[in-house]
Amino acid sequence: MTQALDQIFVTLKHWAVAYFPAVLQPAVSILLSIAAVLVIFPTLFAVTTILERKGLARIQNRYGPNRVGPFGWLQPLADAVKSLTKEDIVPRSADKLVHFAAPLLLVVTAFLEYAVIPIGRNMVVADMDAGVLFFFAVSAAMELSIFMAGWSSRNKYSLLGAMRAVAQMISYEAPLILSSVAVAMTAGSLSTVTIVERQAGYSGIWPHWYVLTPWGLAGFVLFMVAATAESNRSPFDLPEGESEIIAGYFTEYSGFKFALFFLGEYLGMFAISGMAITLFLGGWSAPFSFLTWVPSWFWFFAKLLTLIAVFIWVRGTLPRLRMDQLMSFAWKFMLPMTLMVIFSAGLWRFLPGGVLRWVICAVPIAGLYVLLSSCMAESRRIQKRTYKFAE
Amino acid sequence: MTFLILAVMTLAGAITAMTLRRLVHCVLALAICFVGLAGLYLYLGAQFAGLVQMLVYVGAVVILIVFAILLTRSHEAPPQKKWTGLAGVCVSAAVFAVLAWAVIAGGAIQGIAGGQPQATMQQIGSALMGRFVLPLEVVGLLLTAALIGAVVIAMEEKQSAR
Repeated sequence: MTQALDQIFVTLKHWAVAYFPAVLQPAVSILLSIAAVLVIFPTLFAVTTILERKGLARIQNRYGPNRVGPFGWLQPLADAVKSLTKEDIVPRSADKLVHFAAPLLLVVTAFLEYAVIPIGRNMVVADMDAGVLFFFAVSAAMELSIFMAGWSSRNKYSLLGAMRAVAQMISYEAPLILSSVAVAMTAGSLSTVTIVERQAGYSGIWPHWYVLTPWGLAGFVLFMVAATAESNRSPFDLPEGESEIIAGYFTEYSGFKFALFFLGEYLGMFAISGMAITLFLGGWSAPFSFLTWVPSWFWFFAKLLTLIAVFIWVRGTLPRLRMDQLMSFAWKFMLPMTLMVIFSAGLWRFLPGGVLRWVICAVPIAGLYVLLSSCMAESRRIQKRTYKFAE
Repeated sequence: MTFLILAVMTLAGAITAMTLRRLVHCVLALAICFVGLAGLYLYLGAQFAGLVQMLVYVGAVVILIVFAILLTRSHEAPPQKKWTGLAGVCVSAAVFAVLAWAVIAGGAIQGIAGGQPQATMQQIGSALMGRFVLPLEVVGLLLTAALIGAVVIAMEEKQSAR
């Protein structure tokens, strides 16, 4: 019974595909998987917009939107109608083709990232041999679309926002990819399905998730911080901060294209959370061995919603980082920490199990953390003010 | 059929990269060309090469070129002589002829006897760590030297700007 519920979507898909002639079956199977992704994640996007607005509002001690529908829950519909009916203004001196193509490219690459995320047992759109590499290759293409958006608007603020966003995304790609290298090293494969399967065992009641190891915990935290920066979310949203640079690289977009940018950004956030869940939190596996009767796709979405809640929480709590603070954080703090995580993951692999292994693997990471944070704190001590250009 | 589409995409990207007037448009066309190349690698079954092509070329090299163009803006193109186009075509035809002769004479087109070679991630990994570990380390050293060199050059400019 639990097995049937777990595989219900797979069974439904096989049943639907069986109606077509054998020649068309592979194509129909792929189209159905794609349709599932295209339906689920934009719906999640709509739910997240209202969750975010209400969550941020409550953190800021006010109500969120509460006019449309019961307690404001139909607000996404109102937003959708608004964005579809607003006038689509394109600046006269803008590059028409690039201006049009930028949000399209963003949304296409954001959707492409979902191809390798296993949503449940046997529920992945494409089981690629190098799934993790595919994910990062596609998110590199996403940066290009942001640059296209900023450049084509022929606007100082857009270009500045785009350059900042691209610099930020490139800098944070290094810790992001290196944290996942530690996971790929331990799992012995770059395929997301294999990585999740390796984490699906239990010792006693505890799962074999990588987040429950010292290098996994540090790697998970680093991955989440880098993911927040990759999705240009607060506290790393200087490129699109509303009080800083109007709206950065999407200043000149209105109406549906703005909605597409929003969609692309949130979809990117979900995809990278999905990758964090796959790499560190055990994908679709249950947290305790006595909970394995709950379907696997339920656990995936529960973890995804938890991570989204954490993103919203962090957005409402922390102030924005300045550009130079952001960059020095990436290169001077996160990159050495990720290298130590890789080293610690290697140690974990070769030491015999037990408490000693935990202590030996945790000490280098904790030691480096203390060292780096004391170095970074020292450089910020109050000094006599120097003027860079007015000397 | 797939090969035709990918080849047309690559060639179209490369040709528009040469013929468009604004530099940034040329770079974006070049990005399309790189995506076509990545597609060709994936079509041949070389997953690692195709994905790393996307990651490195489209993700990093194109952005590097774009930054270089934007930060070193040249306001007008130098005047071109009349025979520049013809010279370009002749040189590229000569290069193509040499490459084609090398490939055909080298015998790579004959076809491989044992079917398609497998290049799974496992094999690439063990080759990089086993047989090719010395080139790997040397390339790492080279990249580190390039990174340090870039930082040194940028730092010197900051010193001289004071």
